[in-house]
Amino acid sequence: MKLILKIWRQNSASERGRFVDYSLSDISPESSFLEMLDILNEKLIMEGEEPVVFDHDCREGICGTCGMYINGRPHGPDELITACQLHMRKFSDGDTIVIEPWRARAFPVIKDLTVDRSALDRIIEDGGYISVNTGNAPDANSIPVNKEHADLAMDAAVCIGCGACVAACKNASAMLFVSAKVSHLALLPQGRIEARERVHKLVARMDALGFGNCTNTGACEAECPKGIKLTNIARLNREYYRSRIF
Amino acid sequence: MSLAGLFLITFLLVHLGLNLLVITNNDPMVFNKAAHFMSTNKLIKVFEIILFGGFLLHIIYALILQAQNWLARPKRYHKTNKSETSPFSKWMIHTAVIVLTFIVMHLFDFYFKSKFGGAPEILVGGEHYHDFASMVVTKFRLPEFVILYLAAFIFLGFHLIHGFQSAFKTLGLNNKTYTPVIQALSIIYTIFVVGGFSAIPLVIYFQ
Ligand code: HEM
Ligand code: SF4
Ligand code: FES
Repeated sequence: MKLILKIWRQNSASERGRFVDYSLSDISPESSFLEMLDILNEKLIMEGEEPVVFDHDCREGICGTCGMYINGRPHGPDELITACQLHMRKFSDGDTIVIEPWRARAFPVIKDLTVDRSALDRIIEDGGYISVNTGNAPDANSIPVNKEHADLAMDAAVCIGCGACVAACKNASAMLFVSAKVSHLALLPQGRIEARERVHKLVARMDALGFGNCTNTGACEAECPKGIKLTNIARLNREYYRSRIF
Repeated sequence: MSLAGLFLITFLLVHLGLNLLVITNNDPMVFNKAAHFMSTNKLIKVFEIILFGGFLLHIIYALILQAQNWLARPKRYHKTNKSETSPFSKWMIHTAVIVLTFIVMHLFDFYFKSKFGGAPEILVGGEHYHDFASMVVTKFRLPEFVILYLAAFIFLGFHLIHGFQSAFKTLGLNNKTYTPVIQALSIIYTIFVVGGFSAIPLVIYFQ
């Protein structure tokens, strides 16, 4: 495949960035998107240029590190995957591919396509956990959990903190991420105990970090690689009002 | 925001009910008397203040919300968002500005005229009434007025079709049984309100 890549290059958060065009040829449709970028970087290094900095770790779709905005969509043109699971067969020969970093005030650019997503960790630090040591896994039936709640909690717990929801949202809101964290703990008996303070602190921290507000648009749900549902956001709102009123 | 929005949604129903009197009754005095009641009754005066409060609250929250949301992404994407989402949600502030412009014009036409003079009056049974019914009919004979009015309601419809169901999610009111009902109601309500308000100029124009 022959490709034209239009990639965002930026040296640091304080410097201005710009798009640079690169052309690549002989790319196999079977290579992954990140492998394609590796090939570009090898070429750049051979030519004595600075390689494009991008984040990645597991390359298995489970760590959530490889965030980038490809042709107008976080993680590119496929459903329920991260960028490392995207393959070049999703594109056609001769395509121009625009690659940008996540753009949000709360995610400053570190370099090129890598952004600082630690704002999500700052939110978790404020209570996205259970404060006591729960020891080893207890006997399966010692704490009864209703099946429906267990399923919903597990569905919410698969969030990998990739930030695609923030990147996709027209308001750069982190509501889907926060709602997943709040839901997976609030639905289980162990997490229920601190649910009231947790939802309060997490929302306050999210607002303070400069994320936008949720308008129930649903871009997050459409782009989340783990299929986190918008219903979690309604649950977050419900938990929040409950914590304020009762 | 959501509560004020839902309050405005109920207000629209009442307003529509009154307006429909213009085309459902041959006697224009039915509408005039209703309008007269609405502008003189003491209890309605209280509701009027609450209504203005509701609008103000909704608008102030809307401006704060929108400002924060724009600030949350200082640098825009080059290739704009291609995610599959509710198209109406993306245009809330834009439809809102159109609706607000219409509301201001509308207030100049009716509310201020009834308060500060300028509306035609008629004398029935020794009492003065504003003859809004014939004013409405005169206006809706003009095609440009009909088009303006219809356009405003189409944009209000875009605002409502997202707003109605969104307000419930914002309030945390969702579950497997009721959410589909709310989504359906959102569409039915929007069609009913937009259709109802649009029927009035159309009926008068083509009469
Ligand atoms: C009769 C008129 C109106 C009705 C019935 C109405 C209703 C609603 C409702 C129910 C919502 C959803 C609230 C939520 O999800 O929490 C909403 C959102 C909104 N409204 Fe209105 N509204 C009206 C007029 C206006 C006006 C005049 C403005 C002017 C500034 C405005 C600005 C907004 C904005 C910016 C939102 C955005 C929230 C979002 O993106 O979801 N609205 N409206
Ligand atoms: S909710 Fe989905 S998109 Fe958002 S951080 Fe979690 S996994 Fe990523
Ligand atoms: S590199 Fe871990 S999810 Fe892509």
